[in-house]
Amino acid sequence: MEAMDLKAIGAGLAAIGMIGAGIGVGNIWASLIATVGRNPAAKSSVELYGWIGFAVTEAIALFALVVALIVLFG
Amino acid sequence: MASPVEQFRIQELVPLKLSENIDISLTNSALMMVIGVFVALLFFWIATARRTVVPGRLQSCAEILYEFIANMIRDNVGKEGMRYFPYVFTLFVFVFLGNFIGMVPYSFTYTSHIVVTGALALTVFAVVTVIGFARHGAGYLRMFFPKGAPIATAPILIPIELISYLSRPFSLAVRLFANMTVGHIMLKVLAGFVVSLGALGAASWGLGYLGAFAAFSMVAGITVLEFFIAALQAYVFTILTCIYLNDAINMH
Repeated sequence: MEAMDLKAIGAGLAAIGMIGAGIGVGNIWASLIATVGRNPAAKSSVELYGWIGFAVTEAIALFALVVALIVLFG
Repeated sequence: MASPVEQFRIQELVPLKLSENIDISLTNSALMMVIGVFVALLFFWIATARRTVVPGRLQSCAEILYEFIANMIRDNVGKEGMRYFPYVFTLFVFVFLGNFIGMVPYSFTYTSHIVVTGALALTVFAVVTVIGFARHGAGYLRMFFPKGAPIATAPILIPIELISYLSRPFSLAVRLFANMTVGHIMLKVLAGFVVSLGALGAASWGLGYLGAFAAFSMVAGITVLEFFIAALQAYVFTILTCIYLNDAINMH
């Protein structure tokens, strides 16, 4: 196999890391929706933590992406 | 067709080399930063030139922006945090304008380079650490060991807390840079689909046109999403700065 083929495979493998972040972000919104559903008055105070949690979890997916980009172009 | 990462190439506009290793040429990235700063300056200058008790349209915008950041600091850091308001406000405006200038076609997103976001994040890290040590002295080292934890857990807890503290600037920089880069790559790739499917249109009994239309709708939808992400990432960058400031000022 050529080096470029192996690079493509490596980048694809690195992208598997995004599964975890997908589950995490899904969890955050699921519990946020459940919270607001149970207690709509809490919406304004809970929303902020939802966005922060989303951003922090999403960063993990982006680390996987950076690894994939380094494998491809680095 | 140009590769999707072509748009992030840095071009020298005014070459200026001081010596072999010192290159302070004006690049397209630097030009966009200067434009961003001037847009901010001009906006706040015009908005606050004629101040009235009942604010007009522009003055309201400036006041809403001010209140937004001021409330963010009051809620997350407390009254003492207002001393650092100018820094946090500048950070927000700079990142926000960087993300939005990047959404203008044929412009350049300076926040899509890890050099820029890395410098911003390292400054935040340095500022927060200096504030922490200045306020608490050596007591700031207690950051790395939560109160009330059994002393036997120290060998495990301290390295974990240390790593999580040191990885802050890294995650802050990578989050902003990767979000911007990925958004623009995605737009470029989808726009490429429009061209290549449209070229197949006549040869495939119109099926290509259908595909091109679908891709074009995707581009339109994702552009809206990118505007949202641009605002959200500026917000997240500032609120995480506030949270780090809070850790340094009122130790947990």
